Amino acid sequence: MKLLILLAVAILAALPWFAGSYLITVMIFIFFYAYLGQAWNIVGGYAGQLSAGHAAFVGIGGYAAALLSAHAGISPWIGMWMGGALAAVLGAVIGYLGFRFGLRGFYFVLLTVAFAEICRVIALNVDAVGGALGLYITFTGNPRQFQFQDNRAYYYVAFALMLLATAVVRAIERHRFGAYLTAIRQDESACEALGVDTLRVKMQAMILSSFLTGVGGTFYAFYLFSLQPNAVFGIPLSVEIIIRPIVGGAGTVMGPILGSFILSPLAEISRTYFAQGGWNGLHLIVYGVLLIAVVLFLPQGAYPALLRLARRPPA
Amino acid sequence: MDLTLVGQGLLSGFLFGGVYSLMAVGLTLIFGVMRVVNFAHGDMMVWGMYLAWLLSTRAGIDPYVGFIVCAAALFLFGLMIQRGLVERIVDAPHEMQILLMLGVALVLENAALVAFGPDPARVRSPLSQATVWMGPIFVDVARLVTFGLAMALTAALWLFLARTDLGRSMRAAADNPYGARVIGTDVRKVYAAAFGVGAACVGAAGALVSPILPFQPTSGLGLSVTSFNIVIIGGMGSLPGAFAGGILVSVAESMGAVFLSPSMKELVSFGLLIAILLFRPAGLFGKTAG
Amino acid sequence: MSLLDVSALTKRFGGLLAVSGLDLSLAKGEMLGLIGPNGAGKTTVFNLLSGFLGPDGGEIRFGGRSVVGLKPHEICRLGMARTFQIVRPFPQLSVVDNVKVAALARHSGMAQALASARAVVERVGLGARGEARAGGLTLADRKRLELARALATEPSLLLLDEVMAGLNATEIDAMVRLVAGINAEGISVLLIEHNMRAVMSLSHRIVVLSFGEKISSGTPREVATDRRVIEAYLGEEYVHPPQA
Repeated sequence: MKLLILLAVAILAALPWFAGSYLITVMIFIFFYAYLGQAWNIVGGYAGQLSAGHAAFVGIGGYAAALLSAHAGISPWIGMWMGGALAAVLGAVIGYLGFRFGLRGFYFVLLTVAFAEICRVIALNVDAVGGALGLYITFTGNPRQFQFQDNRAYYYVAFALMLLATAVVRAIERHRFGAYLTAIRQDESACEALGVDTLRVKMQAMILSSFLTGVGGTFYAFYLFSLQPNAVFGIPLSVEIIIRPIVGGAGTVMGPILGSFILSPLAEISRTYFAQGGWNGLHLIVYGVLLIAVVLFLPQGAYPALLRLARRPPA
Repeated sequence: MDLTLVGQGLLSGFLFGGVYSLMAVGLTLIFGVMRVVNFAHGDMMVWGMYLAWLLSTRAGIDPYVGFIVCAAALFLFGLMIQRGLVERIVDAPHEMQILLMLGVALVLENAALVAFGPDPARVRSPLSQATVWMGPIFVDVARLVTFGLAMALTAALWLFLARTDLGRSMRAAADNPYGARVIGTDVRKVYAAAFGVGAACVGAAGALVSPILPFQPTSGLGLSVTSFNIVIIGGMGSLPGAFAGGILVSVAESMGAVFLSPSMKELVSFGLLIAILLFRPAGLFGKTAG
Repeated sequence: MSLLDVSALTKRFGGLLAVSGLDLSLAKGEMLGLIGPNGAGKTTVFNLLSGFLGPDGGEIRFGGRSVVGLKPHEICRLGMARTFQIVRPFPQLSVVDNVKVAALARHSGMAQALASARAVVERVGLGARGEARAGGLTLADRKRLELARALATEPSLLLLDEVMAGLNATEIDAMVRLVAGINAEGISVLLIEHNMRAVMSLSHRIVVLSFGEKISSGTPREVATDRRVIEAYLGEEYVHPPQA
């Protein structure tokens, strides 16, 4: 198995040298959303706390880095960690309010949605951060400002991000933190009785998750060159973030990656071939159907199902 | 402060509250009986609106008549969803239920997008333009009729729950699902009926609102969140709570529009929701949340 | 000095006085049985002791320090572990992984926690089913698992809530031997039990609760012959004194 992964990484690392520009763009899309999904996976998959407002962290991270770059001349390479930290602060607030007040399930989902929407409305209405028009990044092509002439550079950054997040999640799985998260997901009270400080562990998961997501916001901003409040804080982005790990396998290391490899090309195809004819929302319909199908038939996601298939002894 | 404006807002909000109440009652019924949170509630309502629009533009049927068709159509849809999907995950962890209904919401919203396009639509009713003066305040006849019909439907629902066998079974199941099973209630049928009736409420509400406000496929989310707000404020599973909450929230929104800018209004709504979630999740009338 | 000292413990739920002025103490190494009719407040006492509920009055001292107001995980770390009346295994995890979560309270490294968990799993007799998914176990095995998890936190005091409930006679005998063995190793036990044979044979002392109040305490024989207890609860079978 390890060999397969190393092989895959090697192939993906070499890909830009013999792939066309369009494929590289699609791969960037796949890697980036795998990264965001993996970050969400920590709190949504492993800890089992369904957050439907993770777009808020992307937005905060992106806006922070963009503003710091434009107004304070701080390079996004530094700004992205600050953006992540700011997102982590919001994550801590949401987490603390939610967990301390015992909000679970539906109530927690609603809390996260409410916060994301508040961020969106604020961003829409505060002119200092661009208001309804949003923020635009001036194109300089300067790598110091997290901008690259060549698509391939973005490819490697996105690839690195995905590997980073995956490495973090894998490390979590192998440590006490991961065991606690998985147990909390199944029965919090039992965990409390066994000496687990569930509030602290959930907070840590939330902070780590929101930090990583916030860092991703910088990539988002400097790859797309614009930040629109409705796009970057809105529910559609939150859906994009959570659907890949859920379909791929929430609470597994490979889940978000598998999910992204399945869904991102789908979204891309739908966008390319159907957006014109007003079939704008087609890929979202497919998302909805997949979500329903996963819940009904593959609640643990595609990856565990694949593992089961692979382990089945020959008939 | 222009008192007339305030009075106008109060009345307007109060009348619109009838629709909010109907919408919320549907949601709380589904939750109360089945312990399922219908994340697709707002999107179902949008389909009610579009159905009314179709009836109006294609068949010339006024929404104030057509709402019956919308209610019936959504009832059947609710039955289908319940039997086909929700029933299978009644015992699953809550996260799964949320994701399932989220999936349904996605499909509904984007199917509407594909079918009707992203631009706002509106239904023309001969009543849309009519107004009536009550002293210094004028009232949209449309809102008045909407309010009246919404109240009538809510009353009918109340009677149904209080007087009919099926209605009583629903209340029993809401109160004590296990006990209801023990005394022989066909729980499947009750669940299906509850979901159907809840959907019908929202279908009717959608039709009744269609002549008053413009709507688009993306309106679904906002309506869902408003429904949750109302139901949480009034108490999950409490019908009087949903009813009172609907009027309350509508008046509050109306006052918000009078005193604050539209964007501030949204902030207040969400802020209020967060406050309620934290400090009084059981709501005004609620039992302990499920 | 007693390991556990409870004085004037009181808990109200609305108008209902679930526990009223309870005094209780447990010496190191002792096995104390807590019995009483259904609804007497026994599990409420456990919830109060383990931090899942806060008392409305009274004091709980464990190892000399007050534990009122502490969170359940803090109390567990201090050495008081509990099981639940309706067992709560982590259904998706294996038996060993279940216990490992508990062992992690004492061993932060995964390898040591795993080793400790395996040892405890053997100790309670689940060694053969160590890799089985907890959700698929029989009730008797789930009870053992619940016990194993609590044990893995290396407690000085174990609160066992109806650990025999639902077991057949053979399973009960095995569980009695297991609990006796654990106590013999030095772990103090506070035992809620309905199975009279088990509780009478295991306990050094017994406290009887009825409607939230302590109505009797003493050795098993003293309690079994106490008229108040018989009236409250034991019934005709125990009109005769039990065998020694």
